Amino acid sequence: MNIRIKFRKYGAMKFISHLDVMRYFQKAIRRAKIDICFSEGFSPHMIMSFASPLSLGVTSEAEYMDIRVKNASSSGEMRERLNQTMAEGIDVISVRLLPENSKNAMSLVAAADYQLCFRKDAKLADGWEAKFLEFLKSPEIRLIKKTKKGEQEVDIRPWIYQCVVADGIIMLQAAAGSVHNLKPELLIQAFADWAGITLEPFSLLVHRKELYAEIGDGEKKVLIPLEELGEDFGE
Amino acid sequence: MERKLAVKDEILLSVQQPARYIGGEVHAVMKDKEKVNVRFAMCFPDVYEIGMSHLGIQILYDMFNRREDIWCERVYSPWTDMDRVMRAHQIPLFALESQDPIKEFDFLGITIQYEMCYTNILQVLDLAQIPLLATERTLEHPFVIGGGPCAYNPEPLADYFDLFYIGEGETQYFALMDLYIKWKQKKESRETFLKQAAQIPGIYVPSLYDVTYQEDGTIASMRPNCQEAPERVTKQVVMDVTDTFYPKKPVVPFLKATQDRVVLEIQRGCIRGCRFCQAGMLYRPTRERDLSMLKEYALAMLANTGYEEISLSSLSSSDYSKLGELVTFLIEECGKKGINISLPSLRIDAFSLDVMGKVQDIKKSSLTFAPEAGSQRLRDVINKGLTEEVILDGARQAFVGGWNRVKLYFMLGLPTETEEDMRQIAWLAEKIAERYYDVPKEQRHGKCQIVVSTSFFVPKPFTPFQWARMCTKEEFLHRAYVVNHEIKEQKNKKSIKYNWHEADVTVLEGILARGDRRVGKAILKAYEKGCLFDSWSECFQHQLWLEAFEECGLDLAFYTTRERKEDEIFPWDFIEIGVSKKFLLREWKRAQKGEVTPNCKSACAGCGAAVFKGGVCIEHQN
Ligand code: SF4
Repeated sequence: MNIRIKFRKYGAMKFISHLDVMRYFQKAIRRAKIDICFSEGFSPHMIMSFASPLSLGVTSEAEYMDIRVKNASSSGEMRERLNQTMAEGIDVISVRLLPENSKNAMSLVAAADYQLCFRKDAKLADGWEAKFLEFLKSPEIRLIKKTKKGEQEVDIRPWIYQCVVADGIIMLQAAAGSVHNLKPELLIQAFADWAGITLEPFSLLVHRKELYAEIGDGEKKVLIPLEELGEDFGE
Repeated sequence: MERKLAVKDEILLSVQQPARYIGGEVHAVMKDKEKVNVRFAMCFPDVYEIGMSHLGIQILYDMFNRREDIWCERVYSPWTDMDRVMRAHQIPLFALESQDPIKEFDFLGITIQYEMCYTNILQVLDLAQIPLLATERTLEHPFVIGGGPCAYNPEPLADYFDLFYIGEGETQYFALMDLYIKWKQKKESRETFLKQAAQIPGIYVPSLYDVTYQEDGTIASMRPNCQEAPERVTKQVVMDVTDTFYPKKPVVPFLKATQDRVVLEIQRGCIRGCRFCQAGMLYRPTRERDLSMLKEYALAMLANTGYEEISLSSLSSSDYSKLGELVTFLIEECGKKGINISLPSLRIDAFSLDVMGKVQDIKKSSLTFAPEAGSQRLRDVINKGLTEEVILDGARQAFVGGWNRVKLYFMLGLPTETEEDMRQIAWLAEKIAERYYDVPKEQRHGKCQIVVSTSFFVPKPFTPFQWARMCTKEEFLHRAYVVNHEIKEQKNKKSIKYNWHEADVTVLEGILARGDRRVGKAILKAYEKGCLFDSWSECFQHQLWLEAFEECGLDLAFYTTRERKEDEIFPWDFIEIGVSKKFLLREWKRAQKGEVTPNCKSACAGCGAAVFKGGVCIEHQN
């Protein structure tokens, strides 16, 4: 059985790195006595993969992890067992059964929703929202992106799918995953450079709200949340 | 309600591994501070990942928190980056669970596991905004209590601690807490509490003792300065190690700690009696935990933590009488759950090779031998009962079984050591390599790899070598040079790799290990100059330490290279560990004659630890 688990990461847990969250779940799965499958070989490891790593300091209400299990009675029961052994700052929201042969979450991620705001003491000049909207109207947003192959100039404008600002909060939907990935921090830095604003380090608060897969036919983009590719089971 | 953090997000994001400072781990204990009588901050004065790996703290943390009226929390040394920010922003050091400042606590307990953490102790006090000197503390401040192996010579730290706990924490801590609760209600002076505490067995209150010195700098006398303090302080031991405290739900860190596994302590003490080994003398008599308890705890701890590995812990696991049964049980239980078993400190023989073949990947693992000295003569001097025959035979069996990596541990600078002894280290490595190439080619796995590591010998209190002279830095390095040179001369030199330890830090360890009260000033001076995390080679600042000793007018040779007279009064003599000074002296003399003393299982050597009414010698009599 392939299972997709959706969880929230908040509070002090935002200081736990992606690598440590993976290690955390390996232990949590043992504590919850989930009947997980292991790889073959002398030192077998759990069959488990994460959709998209979250940077340190970022909170989220839509983290995804796929696991393969030998047995599980129901979504509700598995969620309950996991939640009983969670540390404060991680809650399991849903447990869904995936269809046979479905692709793993990591390869599916195409877009993400973010909620962005500035720390109270970041002291941005009034009217930054209007400036930000103006910035978004640019036909191109070119910047230097560091990649594995070195530095590269890219236009990130096409990666912004939706973006609105209200009450000091930016809601952003942007490309995510292995093809194109727009980190919100990068966009805000580009804005700050454009507007001549100096941002204190770590003044942006990022909260991830959803991760999507693309299920369109190539002409029109159709995004659905990763959890909707699976179904509750056994209830 | 979400737990608040003591440090702002921006700061946490600007330091390495912010998870070191947030607490909230699985099985961390939260209580309502209004509903407890005692708040106890338990500290390991090193970085989180090291401190979290320490079993002793986990045991005491669990023990204290079983009591509803006590809340025990944890604190570690902030790493240098966090240290800087905390000083700059005046953030008082806080406990991980509540994130409250340590200075508001009733007790700060510090476990002192190695000498090179002494400046970190001062850092912890300093960041906590607690006066470094015990004499300057008031009713506003916590009592600072030290424990652990270095508390067996607490004198260099005497100025900085209110009390020391000598021995195993499971026995007297509750008595101390009860006394404290009564004292707090009566609102009496700090001194009153300390005087009462001094009457609890195992509690040492340094301010209640005066030391005088002879002209040559050695101690003339050490006496209590009030009638409440006992002449001698007796170490505390748990005689029943089965029906006692042991955590079934140890705290599981988010970060990968050095000890990233369930640790099952199978016994305390060691029967071997190696003459350099402090642990072997301090933790006598030997006490085994019951097999059924160990089985039960192993399963419970694995289930509660979710660790994927379990490790057996003891000074010499091969001496545990039911080791075979325990290991068979673990292999069966863990095998089906994909849990690894690690078995450190096993003697290499047919049994252990068989077990190791079952629990680890032979191709990736290596064999470990600790002959400690290169020649049989010197091994007799140190009473290490490992013979060349046993080593070579163990290695041969292992090579046939598929291993091709061997690690060898030795000490340089042992008493009576000659150049011949040093060279024999290389020869032994060579003989092992030859054993490997004796195995028919079809049965071997490529080249063999022998790693020889040497550390430099530091004479420790409460060992037969406490009288011994320690080498200078130059003498140490010369020894390493001799070994290195000799290894280069061997036929199979390409299969032998040699590592040696740093000498500067060893000399300092030697000063602190056998230091007296006067050494304390230099520790403070070194700290003030910026010494911190001295056990981390990237942080160790030897020059500053030298300046500190110089400015305090201390003669390093007095503490290191001086051979002590038989009747010298040592700073730690007032502590009663069971093993008598008479026995240690006898062993020191036998060592010089190269006479071995059989292990406690073969014959009782009358070491004195039987006063605790336990151990193999007493079991044999019954
Ligand atoms: S075997 Fe020797 S070195 Fe090891 S713990 Fe026992 S006495 Fe110490």
